[in-house]
Formats: sequence, C-alpha cells, structure tokens
Amino acid sequence: MAVTRADRLTVAWRSASINLQGMPVFPVAILVGLGLVAIFAGVLAPHSSEVGNLGERFKPPAWQQGGTSNFLLGTDHLGRDVLSRLMFGARVSIMVGLLAVVVAGTIGTALGILSGYMGRWVDQVIMRVTDTWLALPALTFAIFLAAVVGPSLWNIVIILSAVYWTRYARVIRGEVLSLKEREFVRLAIVAGCSKWTIMRRHILPNVLNSAIVLASLQLGVVIITEAALSFLGVGVPPPQAAWGLMLADGKKGLMAGYWWLTVLPGLCIMMMVLSANLLGDWLRVKLDPQLRQL
Amino acid sequence: MKTFVLKRIGYSLVSLCLLSLTIFLFVRLTGDPTVLLVEPGASREDMAMIREQLGLDRPLWEQYGTFVASAVRGDFGKSFYYRTPVLELYLSRLPSSLLLAAAAMTFSLIIGIPSGIIAAVSVGRFGDNAGKIFSLLGLSMPQFWVGLLLILFFSVYLGWLPSSGSGTVWHVIMPSFALGWYFAAAHMRLTRSSMLEVLGSEYVKLARLKGLPERRVIVKHALKNALIPVLTLAGINLILMVNAAVVVETVFAWPGIGRLLYEGITFRDFPIVQATVMIGGSMIVVVNLVVDVLYAVIDPRIRYVR
Amino acid sequence: MAPLLELRNLSTHYVSQRGTRVVKAVDGVSLALDAGETLGVVGESGSGKSTLALSILRLLPTAAANAGGEILFDGEDLLKKSAEEMRRIRGKRIAMILQDPMASLNPLFTVGDQVGEGLRVHEGTTKRRAWERATELLRAVRITAPETRVGEYPHQMSGGMRQRIVGAMAIACEPQLLIADEPTTSLDLTIQAQYLALLRDLQRDHGLGLIFITHNLGIVAKMCDRVAVMYGGRLVEFGPVRKIFDAPRHPYTRALLESIPRFGDSRQRLTAIGGQPPDLSALPLGCSFHPRCPDAVDQCRAEAPPETGVDAGHVSRCWVAPR
Repeated sequence: MAVTRADRLTVAWRSASINLQGMPVFPVAILVGLGLVAIFAGVLAPHSSEVGNLGERFKPPAWQQGGTSNFLLGTDHLGRDVLSRLMFGARVSIMVGLLAVVVAGTIGTALGILSGYMGRWVDQVIMRVTDTWLALPALTFAIFLAAVVGPSLWNIVIILSAVYWTRYARVIRGEVLSLKEREFVRLAIVAGCSKWTIMRRHILPNVLNSAIVLASLQLGVVIITEAALSFLGVGVPPPQAAWGLMLADGKKGLMAGYWWLTVLPGLCIMMMVLSANLLGDWLRVKLDPQLRQL
Repeated sequence: MKTFVLKRIGYSLVSLCLLSLTIFLFVRLTGDPTVLLVEPGASREDMAMIREQLGLDRPLWEQYGTFVASAVRGDFGKSFYYRTPVLELYLSRLPSSLLLAAAAMTFSLIIGIPSGIIAAVSVGRFGDNAGKIFSLLGLSMPQFWVGLLLILFFSVYLGWLPSSGSGTVWHVIMPSFALGWYFAAAHMRLTRSSMLEVLGSEYVKLARLKGLPERRVIVKHALKNALIPVLTLAGINLILMVNAAVVVETVFAWPGIGRLLYEGITFRDFPIVQATVMIGGSMIVVVNLVVDVLYAVIDPRIRYVR
Repeated sequence: MAPLLELRNLSTHYVSQRGTRVVKAVDGVSLALDAGETLGVVGESGSGKSTLALSILRLLPTAAANAGGEILFDGEDLLKKSAEEMRRIRGKRIAMILQDPMASLNPLFTVGDQVGEGLRVHEGTTKRRAWERATELLRAVRITAPETRVGEYPHQMSGGMRQRIVGAMAIACEPQLLIADEPTTSLDLTIQAQYLALLRDLQRDHGLGLIFITHNLGIVAKMCDRVAVMYGGRLVEFGPVRKIFDAPRHPYTRALLESIPRFGDSRQRLTAIGGQPPDLSALPLGCSFHPRCPDAVDQCRAEAPPETGVDAGHVSRCWVAPR
C-alpha cells in the first residue's frame, strides 16, 4: 500500500504532538529555548543590539550572496546585527508577555471573584465596567492609552494589563456564580465563615485552573498585541530591540527585497505564539475538560 | 418586550457613559492634559491660552459635562494636521474600512466554514488534522506580518499586486486576506466544534435512524443548527474588523479609520486619537444593542431570560 | 412461519483506540421475534440493551463494531448488507424510537417536515403529499388538531406530544419492525399509560413487530409477549412473559422480580440485589452474575454457562437453575 500524502501529514502531526510524560514536547522546548535565549542574550549575542555600523547596512544573511558569517542573519538599515536584535527582542517579548498576563490575570481574577461572589451592586458596577471595556477593541484601546501615557517598556506592561484583565473577569465571574451554588460553599456559609474567608479558601483555589488556562491562551494574544503596538510606534521605544519594532524597520527595506528583515522577526513571533497556543490548548484539555468550549 | 428593550437601552446608555468617562479620566490622568490637547510645538503662552479656552482649569465635573455635551453634538474637536472637524474626517474614512471589513469577512467565511465542516466530518483523519494545522497557523501569525509577507511575495517578487492604496479590486485582495486570515481560523475552529456537538446530538442520531442519506443528514439537519453560533461570532467579528484593522490598514496604506488612528498617533494629533476611540467604542455599543434587540425579536425565548 | 427477526449469537465489542481494552457490550445474544409480537428487553443500565438495538440497525458509534453472529431480518442477514442497503432499510422496514423526545426532534424544522421526511426520502413522495400524510399520521397518534400542529415547531409542544410525534415519524413508512428504546422513561406516569396504549394499538393495526427496551418490569408484564433478560452484555433468560414471570429460572430474573414492591406485602424492607452492576471492560470469569448470585457454586466461578433450553421457546444461562 503506497504511503499517501495524507498519511505522511498524519504521521507528521502525530509526531509533532508527542507527549512526553504528558507534556507536549515541542511547544515546551521552544518556549524554554526562547526563554534561555532571552535570559542569556547578553552572553549569546555576537554583537550589540542597539549600536550599528552604518558601513554594513542591509547585509543579507550569511547563506545568501553578499552575506558574511560575521552577521549570520544579516543587518538592518542601521547596520545592526539581526541575530543579536532577535535575541534581545526575545527578552522584551517574554518579559512583557509574562508580566502583562500575570498582572491582568491577577486583577481580572480578583475582580471576577468579587463580582461573582458579592453580587448586587458590586457585581453590577464591575460588570458594567468590564462589558464596556470589553466592547472596545483591545488594540484600539491600547493605542489610546499609549498615546496618553507615552511609550516605554513598563508602560506597555501596564497598558496591556489594563486592556486584558476584562477577559479574565468575565470568565471567572461565570465560574464563581456556579460555584456559589455548590454544597461545600453553602456548608462554609452555614459554618459561619466570613465572606473573605470563603472567597480566599474555597472559591479561589477552584477558579485557579480556569485562570491558568485562560492565561496561557492569552499569552499569544498579548505578545501579538505588543508586537503590533511596537510596529505602530507606540510600543517599546527605539533603539531597544523588539520584534515588532524590527518589523516596522523591516518595512522600510521591503520594497527593495530585503526579506530577512521582515521574515525573521515575524517567524520568531509566530514560533513563540504558536508554542504558547499549543501549550494553552494542552493545558485546557488537561486541567479542565469543562472549558473545552473556550 | 417593551421592558426588555428599555432595560437594554438603559444598559447601553450606562456603557456609553462609562466609555466617555474612561476616556475623559485617562486623558486627565497624565497630569497636564494640555500637552495632549495642544499642537506639538506650541509656546507657553499659547498653552496657557488654550488651557483657558478649553476650560482645563475648571472643576472636573464641569469639564466632563462639556466633554459629553460636545460629543453628543458631534463635536470632537479639530485635527491639528488636517484642520477639519474630526467627525468629518472619521466619517469620510469609514466607508473604506467597511469595504475592507466586508471583503475580509467574506473571505474568512468562505474559507472558514467549509474547512470547519470538513474537519468535523472527518474527525481524527486527514481533513481534521489539516484543519487543525491551518487554524493554529491562522491564530499564531500576526495579521500585519501576514500582510508584509504578502507584499513581499506578490508585490516585490511577483509584481502582480499593488502594495498600497486603494481604488481597484487588485488593491483589496491582499489587505482583505491579511485581515481575514486570523478570523478564518477562528471561524473554522468554531464551525468544527459546533458541528461536532450537533453531529453527536440525538436528533442527528434519529435522522440517521430514519435512513436519511448522510449528505442530507449533514447539510439539512446538522449544518443549520451548527451555524448559529458561528454566524453570531461572525457578526461580532465584523464590527471588530471595521474598528480594529489599524495595523493592516497601516501596512497597506489603506485609507480607512484604522489608518486615521495611525496618523493620529504618529503625528501626535490627539483629537483624532481620542475621537476615534470614542466614536468607535460608541458604535460598537450601539451595534451590540441593535443586535440584542433583533435577537429578541426573532427568538421569543430570549426576552424572558434577562 | 419464520420469525421476523432472529439474532444468532450476536456480539458487539467496543475496542479502545490502542486496542487494549475490549468491552463486550453484547456477547453472544440469540433471540427471536415473530411479526405482530412484542419482545421486551430488560436489564440494568449498562447491560447492553441499547447497544443491542443499535447493533440491529448497524448504527454503532465508531469505537464499536460487530464481533460475530447473524442478524436475520425477514430471512436476510443484515450484517451482510452494504451501507447503502442498510440505509434503505432504516426508517422504512425497521424504525426506532429514542428515549428523549425533545432531543430527538430538530428544533429548527416543523413537525410536519420531520414526520414527512421519511416518506420523501424512502418513497419519493412529493412535498405536498408528504405534508398531508404527516397530518394523517399525527391524527393516527392521537394528536388533537393535527392540521395546525403539523406546522408547529417542537418547542411549542409538551413532552407527551413530542413522543407521539416521534412515534408518528417511526410508523410513517409502515415498517415491519419497531424498536422502542425506553420511550416512556422521560414521560409523566399519567402519560405513560396513554402512550403504551397507543403503541399497542399501532402494533395491532399495522402488524408490527415491536421490541421494547426498558428496565421497568411492570411495562413488560403489560405489553410484552416474550421477554429477554440481559446482564453484563449476555442474555441470561429468554422466553414467554407469562412463563418467566410465574417461574423465573435464572437467579437474576428471580431477584429482579422479587425486588418489585407489592401491595399487601408483609415484609418490612425492600429487597434489593446486593452489589453493583459489572464493569463491562472487566467482567468476572465464568458467569458474570456469580458475585451477586445467592445460588452460586464453584462451577459458576470457573465457566460461563451455555444456553440451556428450559422448554419450548424458553432458554436460560445458568448452571444452577432447575430444568
């Protein structure tokens, strides 16, 4: 029986989804790899990521004609080494992504629990704000905030947190509403526990799973938004290395055919987001089958 | 029914208030909003004069009042750069964004729905796995990168399509692809899961028990039910496409409201930025209201749930 | 006269993805049913009753497959039929009613459309004629004002009405055999009796063979001519209802009958059958009932008992049961 293309695709898919001791190998490996690169960028990077040599502008990657092994992945319009910039860019993406997701998750979960459990006017107020902010497209809102407070690395984290906490609040509130009806919560109330104790000891641990799954799914979105903001010029400010910024710079050389300035940074973004999404999918199935409709 | 509509309108009004309040407060958060609300490069005296003119030394609630009052009147200030009222500017660019969104939505549905159906019907086999890969790629590739790649390929290398501007059919192809790509993947995912759920339902089982041909079971019985959530999502996404196509419009220099926003932040033309967010947000709130009321009209069960 | 339906040693197994776990949902079941007769299939949840029904119609979920035996319907072995031939048999010659009437009806289509669909597909009836037939069928299942009802949607009707509509759908093409999988379980008690009467009348008027799957022995006593008792995927007793209810051979059948509370009973406590229904993927060796059987002996633990004829038309699977 001939091996059809369909069979090969299925085999490729199955091997890509290898689980080792339950964890999906490829996404975790990529994320860990990117993390290590980010941490050790200072040591690993062959050149400076911010200072360039104008005499070496627009050099193509080493394997193309005109490229040198000095600049493995080529240089940009200011003569800066692309490989080094990619490495330092990893640092920005990971840091901003993780921080924003953690802060947004914390705020969103806390408000979601409060809103769901306390009910009445607390719920009304928080939900109205959440719904309103959710109605605004994330990118538009983020741009507005960036225009108001000005771009900087920390501001980006704050802005992204402010935009994305609403996603958590909604979902967590829904969970809390159904948890409230469960036996063990009612027992705790009957036993005389205070609202805060119940929220802390009974509700919080039970919504943690959903929060984590949501966080992992949000990571990719946040990274793309940060890249978009940097691309538009209101994200990480130059001369720092950020993948979004590199794409913006890359656009300048696009019509001239300097493909590596566009393809490579985008590829990095895609790899990171893809891994985060795969990890998130796996976590979702593993931690809470009820959330499969997310 | 009337109570439902009134209640729903009430919610929307509250949302609009919160929206304007949010924007208002955030601007004033920075300490001295004059910096934002004044042309870059203005002198100190100019700034003091503008500050008085705009009433920035008045109490906060009074400022908010004027803010809302002018917004309701349609006065969102004047663009520094264009020197025309921002609302005019916004409305003149809106049709382009609508056109782009419509094209992108068509593309995303034409690709997304059939592939979702195929994936659901061939669960675990080739069609499904191919679909999974497609959806992962779609959700992981930033839209603007897709746009840049398209330009690289079709404009620079092949020279087939124009890389910027609008006007002909050729101009629309790449931007709508770039914009619609992500949503195609999202629609495919939802179609697949919705179809799977419906295919496992009792009435589909019974349809098969009745001896109906498989195609009829899928197209007549399963599909209609499965598409309901997909079309709902598509509706939500359409509005998103209109309002949030900033990066795609920037990459392709497409003259829509997204590009307007980009100009606003690049040229530090704050009235444009503020107005775009206000108008865009209000538009979404109103559209949500209309959709909710329409749903209630169509499906009587909804009226009593709230 | 040859039976309408005859199962010979039918087996259906569920196999897990890696082929490691095999669940013998139906294991070597043999029974027979004549035209115009009603057969009751009784057992606890998980005994394999529903799988048996789906096996006859060959509409099993992907994880399950036929593992041997024959299904003789009107003399022909259904297991040898192609997919297309089976499709033409379903709905037209063998029909089925499911348990939950709300879930069985497609919420987006009118009652008339769904009832007439079988006619349009199997007999090429025109839309208009199918609509008229649907109205007649609704009348036949005793739905009032069928002319208006036929244009309505499922959610506009009560549970009892929906189950009648499902019944109308089933008899639309005048099938020879009707399988009803717990059709009254989700209905109110008062409606159950009416529905059962309806089914009996329909059977008499159309000469249907009826297989009634239930866990309710009272219904079996009222409705059925023969009864098949299933346990752990196997048929443990099969034969005429009167005979078996008067003198059950198999300990499980006996226990089932004894557990029904009766008026005027002097006992204080309800008798239940001790233990739990078996895990079909890990059946005990020998007779699957022996862990819960009050009469079990060593042979029961070692070897699965074969079918033993008690007398004409009555079989049971038990080492200990008296002949």
